[in-house]
Amino acid sequence: MPIRLEPRGEASVAWVYLTPVLAVGLTVIAGGVLFAALGFDPFRTLHAIFVEPLTSLYGLTELGVKATPLVLIAIGLSFGFRANVWNIGAEGQLTLGAIFGGGLALWFYGQEGPWLLPAMILAGAVGGALWAAIPAFLKTHFNANEILTSLMLTYVATQLLAFLGYGPWRYPDGFNFPQSRMFCYDATMPLLVPGTRLHLGFGFALFAVAGGWLLIARTLIGFQIKVIGLTSAAAAYAGFNRNRIIWFTLLTGGGLAGIAGLSEVAGPIGQLVPSISPGYGFTAIIVAFLGRLHPLGILAAGTLMALSYLGAESAQIIIGLPLAATGVFQGMLLFFLLACDVLIRFRLRLGRPVPAAAVAKSAEAGA
Amino acid sequence: MQSNSLAGRAARLLGLGAGIALLASAALAEPLKVGFVYVGPVGDHGWTYQHDQGRLALEAALGDQVETTYVESVPEGADADRVIRQLAASGHELIFTTSFGYMNPTVRVARSFPNVRFEHATGYQRAPNVSTYAARFYEGRYVVGLVAGRMTKSNVIGYIGSHPIPEVIRGINSFTLALRSVNPEAEVRVVWVNSWYDPGREADAAKALIDQGADIILQHTDSPAPVQAAQERGVWAVGQASDMARFGPDAHLTAIVDIWDAYYIDHTKAAIDGSWTSQDTWGGLADDMLRLSDWNAAIPADVVAEAEAAKAAIMSGELHPFRGPVRNQAGEVVVPAGDIVPDGDLLSMDWYVEGVQGSVPK
Amino acid sequence: MEMLDLTVAVLVSTIAAATPLLFAALGELITEKAGVLNLGVEGMMLVGAISGFATAVTTGSATLGILAAVLAGAGLALLFAVLTLSLLANQVATGLALTIFGIGLSSLIGRGYVGTPLDRLPRLDLPVLSDLPVLGPLLFGHDALVYLSVALVFAIAWFLGRTRPGLVLRAVGESHDAAHAIGYSVIAIRYAAVVFGGALSGLAGAYLSLAYTPLWIENMTAGRGWIALALVVFSTWKPGRVLLGAYLFGGVTILQFHAQNMAAFQVPSQILAMLPYLATIAVLVLISRDVTRIRLNAPACLGKVFHPAG
Repeated sequence: MPIRLEPRGEASVAWVYLTPVLAVGLTVIAGGVLFAALGFDPFRTLHAIFVEPLTSLYGLTELGVKATPLVLIAIGLSFGFRANVWNIGAEGQLTLGAIFGGGLALWFYGQEGPWLLPAMILAGAVGGALWAAIPAFLKTHFNANEILTSLMLTYVATQLLAFLGYGPWRYPDGFNFPQSRMFCYDATMPLLVPGTRLHLGFGFALFAVAGGWLLIARTLIGFQIKVIGLTSAAAAYAGFNRNRIIWFTLLTGGGLAGIAGLSEVAGPIGQLVPSISPGYGFTAIIVAFLGRLHPLGILAAGTLMALSYLGAESAQIIIGLPLAATGVFQGMLLFFLLACDVLIRFRLRLGRPVPAAAVAKSAEAGA
Repeated sequence: MQSNSLAGRAARLLGLGAGIALLASAALAEPLKVGFVYVGPVGDHGWTYQHDQGRLALEAALGDQVETTYVESVPEGADADRVIRQLAASGHELIFTTSFGYMNPTVRVARSFPNVRFEHATGYQRAPNVSTYAARFYEGRYVVGLVAGRMTKSNVIGYIGSHPIPEVIRGINSFTLALRSVNPEAEVRVVWVNSWYDPGREADAAKALIDQGADIILQHTDSPAPVQAAQERGVWAVGQASDMARFGPDAHLTAIVDIWDAYYIDHTKAAIDGSWTSQDTWGGLADDMLRLSDWNAAIPADVVAEAEAAKAAIMSGELHPFRGPVRNQAGEVVVPAGDIVPDGDLLSMDWYVEGVQGSVPK
Repeated sequence: MEMLDLTVAVLVSTIAAATPLLFAALGELITEKAGVLNLGVEGMMLVGAISGFATAVTTGSATLGILAAVLAGAGLALLFAVLTLSLLANQVATGLALTIFGIGLSSLIGRGYVGTPLDRLPRLDLPVLSDLPVLGPLLFGHDALVYLSVALVFAIAWFLGRTRPGLVLRAVGESHDAAHAIGYSVIAIRYAAVVFGGALSGLAGAYLSLAYTPLWIENMTAGRGWIALALVVFSTWKPGRVLLGAYLFGGVTILQFHAQNMAAFQVPSQILAMLPYLATIAVLVLISRDVTRIRLNAPACLGKVFHPAG
């Protein structure tokens, strides 16, 4: 191979910040070629995707609205991923959060008070955590792989919400259409910027970023999570309780996903409907890794991901670019972002490799 | 291009009187920007596909008087508000939101844009600048029911449902009433696939119904997979949303085709000439909002004649699918002879008529 | 007799529903056995489905369609391999990105093919045998791909368990450092495994668009790629159990359609629709209790980055 990778002695601090810039630059070039090939003006299209959504206060707040569930869930998932706990069912946990929290809003309709929203948020977290507790229980007691259980439970959750939405929780005066009544004022998220839709959930997301950083950097369990993720043998030697880590990461991830779900129904949606999330639980997995499992990285990745969705909408409205093309473009953006990360720990070299013995050999790099 | 046509029109106008020129200045104005919000991809070959056909017909009919925009696969959650708002904010003066789940978002956005006209499909909330529109697809299902009653040998009809909403249940009931009016022995079995389109599951459901003895397959889902399954197994099928005959030339009795062309053209014209008002449209066969595609050549002529007569009677208002007596599953008369189920009750229908097996999922 | 006919009919439908899952899951099994986790199955299936469909419509040849689907799936997998194996990108995130990319790419390619009919892949029609009661429809009435999927189960089981290259593949997934030290090219073997997995995902897509429901509609896989991924975990990385899982999942899906019309099952259809997922969880729990045996099967290096000098 003419081009090869040569490990840097230490991770490059400069490239930590430069790779996303490089990746976006490469995406702009490749995307421009793609759009031109499809017969669209590449400059206008790229402007519509990356710039247009940011040109108004409303657009900026919408970026926050869209990023909120992604960041909340990705922070929760990052703990598990660091410890090799593969919760890929955040979508289901989000749904249960919406059912629990939203159910409370319907249950207490007409008897509301300022206590209702805090109770709903708590219920949302409990709902998400309970749904994540099932994989945790099956993993710790029956050794059942959480990839399968959490994923399958997502489909079960979707059907459960459908059952409630098409059945018992229908709005009685709503001609039997599949949606609940609108939540009352006390059951909806307060707005952070009046006249927009930016709601308290965004505050939770920022809080989760700060909390996530504190947890990993400053607490014992955070330390254990890091160690278990790096070498499980060492963790076992140190006497860490693996089951405790499984429970902790799944419950935290589920709880945050539950709050994300509740924030959607009590925020921008304002009622329970059969479709509350366009796959936030899955997209958040990408966000978590794109952010390199670091809370601030996740915040940046979540915002970029949200921008790509908003950009897809404006490109359709302004340019008439079909959604299929933005899907391809989004995929390319992610490929470049993920691939460029290699430059943090490796440099590209041309020519023959140096003898293997001359290169320090290290164990598996962190996944 | 636009300037060319403008120049051409201006030249023609020169030869006309000043009064007419004044009148025509409205037509000379900027094209009206019309926005469409779709719940599925335009390639779903069903609900969204037919709305997009309507949009294309609108462009073809009104030419440079309109400029259309669509946004596809807009989830019925938090995203709908933003898309509708963005369309309104970017100069679209008439916006069609084409799925039930867009109801509250449409009404919310409409409050902030009093000068923009909104049209929401299949909902029930209106405002001075929000109209609603839907089609009486059940009229088509009634006509099909007559044909099915004559054509079935096994007296078992399979019906693939998407989600248990009044729209679907109304269709099942309308079909069943017609079916049993000509063949009291026949019964309808419903299988829900809990999805609007998933070709594999739809095909599985069709096969399950055929295995249970159904020799005619109805569907209230969007993909042609059930028609294909029927073709393969040698039973009849009725298409949905679009003409599906090419997916099962032998099996396809007819299809209940959604037609939005005329509606979109008329209401856009109204928006252009200023006569647009907030309305509730629930149009049927007479309004050309649905059509039955060509009858299968294998259907006997007298059966076709009977169906065509019923269709004509529905169009003239002589026949109403939900005219009593209508019995519920327990056999009790719930609509006395001669009475007609009012639109409000049709809109919220959540019970089966006699002849449908199983119970409405609640 | 009627009960027997119905049972046969359910089984025949089950085979059709299970075959795409089986192809995709077998491909992913090989990929994972080599230590690579590719979550892009859904995307590869979709691109396979449209490539196969478009080719079959254009050329009139189902065989060329199948070939095109295999190549398309393999091509997308190759992209994944370059990103994760050569550029060491994170596998989980790259796989999910591949799904987003595949959904977009397939609908872009497929824009001209919506609403186009196509003849189904022909079924085996043997004189006498195909007309036998019960056995005829069960054993001798399927298309070539169904037989291929079952043959693949045995072939892959034999390959992994009885052949030297299979042993090497497993070794690479078990400990890439050890395999590298012995002198095997870990990267090259993983490339091969990933591309093979993609080829089978493409084949799974072709089964959908050429045989199961011969048509093209955007997103027609409807989540089957995810189920296939779950089935690999369900199988505890054993080919035979992939077959079991795919037929169990397909069978329960078909059965719940029948159950909807049985008096004994008067529960909401949404609850019945949960059954295939719950059944899969339940069986996984049953077979997972033996901790040590699972550990032996799960590739220890699954999802971990390998760089020969890293």
